[in-house]
Amino acid sequence: MRRLIWLLAPAALLAQTNVPYERIRDAAKEPGNWLTYSRDYTGQRYSPLDQIHTGNVGKLHIAWVRQVNELDAFETSPIVVDGTLFISEPPNAVVALDAATGRSLWRYQKELPSDLRLCCGKVNRGLAILGDTLYYASTDAHLIALDARTGRVRWDVTMAGYKLGYSGTGAPLAVKDKIITGMAGGEFGTRGFIDAYDAKTGKRAWRFKTIPEKGEPGNETWAGESWKTGSATAWVTGVYDPDTNTVLWGTGNPGPDWNGDVRKGDNLFSDCLVALDLDTGVKKWHFQYTPHDVNDWDSTQTPILVDGTVQGQPRKMVVLANRNGFYYSLDRITGKFIAGRPYVKQTWASGLDEAGRAIRVPNSEPSVEGTLIWPSLAGGSNWYSSTYNPKTNLYYVNVKEMAAVYHNGDATYRAGAAFNGGGQRDYKEEDPYGAVRALDVVTGQLRWEYKLHAPSHAGLMSTAGGLIFGSNSSSFFALDAQKGDLLWRFETGGGIDANPISYMSGGKQYVVIPSGHALFVFGLD
Amino acid sequence: MRRALLSLLPIFAAMAAGPEAKVKLPTGRADLVRGEKLFEGQCALCHGPKGVGGRGPMLTRAKLLHAPDDKALVQTISDGIRGTEMPGAGAMSDHEIQQVAAYVRSLGKIPPQAVPGNAAHGSEIYHAKGCTGCHEISGAGGISAPNLDGIGASRSAAFLRESLVDPGAAVPEGYLLVTVVPKNGEKVTGVRVNEDSFSIQLQDSAGRSHSFWKSEVTQIDKQRGKSPMPSFKGQLSDAELTDLVAYLASLKETK
Repeated sequence: MRRLIWLLAPAALLAQTNVPYERIRDAAKEPGNWLTYSRDYTGQRYSPLDQIHTGNVGKLHIAWVRQVNELDAFETSPIVVDGTLFISEPPNAVVALDAATGRSLWRYQKELPSDLRLCCGKVNRGLAILGDTLYYASTDAHLIALDARTGRVRWDVTMAGYKLGYSGTGAPLAVKDKIITGMAGGEFGTRGFIDAYDAKTGKRAWRFKTIPEKGEPGNETWAGESWKTGSATAWVTGVYDPDTNTVLWGTGNPGPDWNGDVRKGDNLFSDCLVALDLDTGVKKWHFQYTPHDVNDWDSTQTPILVDGTVQGQPRKMVVLANRNGFYYSLDRITGKFIAGRPYVKQTWASGLDEAGRAIRVPNSEPSVEGTLIWPSLAGGSNWYSSTYNPKTNLYYVNVKEMAAVYHNGDATYRAGAAFNGGGQRDYKEEDPYGAVRALDVVTGQLRWEYKLHAPSHAGLMSTAGGLIFGSNSSSFFALDAQKGDLLWRFETGGGIDANPISYMSGGKQYVVIPSGHALFVFGLD
Repeated sequence: MRRALLSLLPIFAAMAAGPEAKVKLPTGRADLVRGEKLFEGQCALCHGPKGVGGRGPMLTRAKLLHAPDDKALVQTISDGIRGTEMPGAGAMSDHEIQQVAAYVRSLGKIPPQAVPGNAAHGSEIYHAKGCTGCHEISGAGGISAPNLDGIGASRSAAFLRESLVDPGAAVPEGYLLVTVVPKNGEKVTGVRVNEDSFSIQLQDSAGRSHSFWKSEVTQIDKQRGKSPMPSFKGQLSDAELTDLVAYLASLKETK
């Protein structure tokens, strides 16, 4: 009888789904839910749940599986509210699932045009929820509001034209009365933006253009007219700092990716972290990780807010292990560089100067003949999540140790066509490998590593149970957050390109990872 | 940009041309020079300088297996060939791909050099020397070494000769000889079939499969650049080598 009540409970609660801003802001009070992309506004992807811990994780087993009938990579990071999981799934769908059983409650699918311009498939990384509405940035660059109880459309606005290469792939971020979203399309000479929409009406509140217009500060960092096709997209979810009412969001590579000759200059605000006022979208500061990037090292991954101690003084930081191979900690109030160092092998820069700007090695640019550089275009890490565990005060990142031979080439812009100016080929003289690395959160200094056979393309989550969950190829595993020992693993049979989450339903903790074309949910007996 | 870009972008190159569009390759001198430069930078690593072949097929032929016409050639360069080591040309624009295609076609106009030697005698040597124990041709032979159907179309005579005298110099990509020493039991040597962070699978010379958890082995010795194939240097006369290469070079059709 008790079991039956559990099964019914989510449906009963579903009718009451209501997630006002304050619930997301105070997510620490709701360890069993996962109310926004990274669980809370810090971007830490840390679960305060500890029912699954270092002592019992070895007994973790499959609870249920959700199958998807599409071949595109499954990258969703579920939202969990009071017993219901909300996921996006390829090709362009949103689904509500009962968190205890995996049974579907409703499914919404938007029909897609046949002439999409996508670099990397019909992928989507998740949703936002605010009140009783879900928000979804669709593959064809719409922002769509759905009734969380039924999946019915409340409003649907076009963010940009898909025929020019714009698309939606990242989870929006709901803050106060606004829905913040970026966009994808960095290989099509798009012009990047970060938008805020009124959550109730869908009316656009502001747009931050990641490439300044002629006459605006920063435009002078683009030679000639190159700013018009400079990309600098914003395709992964950012974070929010309630203390300063600031949205912090990463931006992508300048376009064309590998031919910098046609866009001489630093190319602001590509490969940056930008700090925007939530109410107005006005930029407070920016930090550029890779000035004049010619290796496609987007800096879009979710940054992590940490209140730490630097040289004995409390410091509000924003940290990340960048795709360019360096770890950075910044002061998140001012955007000033605190510390940084390489966290993987890199050969393009001789170091960082006092302001944190990389000192480029001469002749490290792509060439027609090919230029060998560490890391590869996939970076030392990539869009997927790093995690910070407040209990260990360590930053964890799934790294790629691999090089590439970079080529440059033609860079002629044609609307809606790929605009790359080169590319890379794999460097095969040394076997690439991966590792989960635990870094000092201020300096990026290595504390431990768990070596992996191949570079991963999937994120990490840390938990109060002393665990780091992560993936490598088709394996999902748990490590001891203190020491890096392997404690549990599961062969999913499909490639993993996603971030884990954890939630509680019916008094039980679950851990979730999409893999191949299925969502795997694990629990204890 | 994301990891998958390199493999997917060529789809756009093809889309931009339109499914029915007829491909007209550039003919200008500057296009061919540029095509050659791109080829030497991005293709010659496998196809050899001037397309003479190597790890990848020789391209100094009027007819190319996967590119019966220019449209197919552009498509092949753009997308790669599924199930082979041939990747798509993610680093080239549509125009550059056409320049490379034009250069590749120009290679096919060079009269092919006849492979010297007596192929029939080479076939006798192939069977007499026990090659069939490991290699398979037309469904006959062992499976522990690479299948040789069509090897004459995909490898140059020079490469085949090198493979015979110095097998370690011609180990195919992804082919790795491994010796595993388990904590309990006999050590096993074989070709790596699969591997991840936690386990490794081998196939031994008899074709038997072996699987090990890495936590249950004491040593995994990866013999990079080594081949289980013996060298025939000094084992065959120069004339015999020439005949054996002539035989292998005559294997043009993939069964």
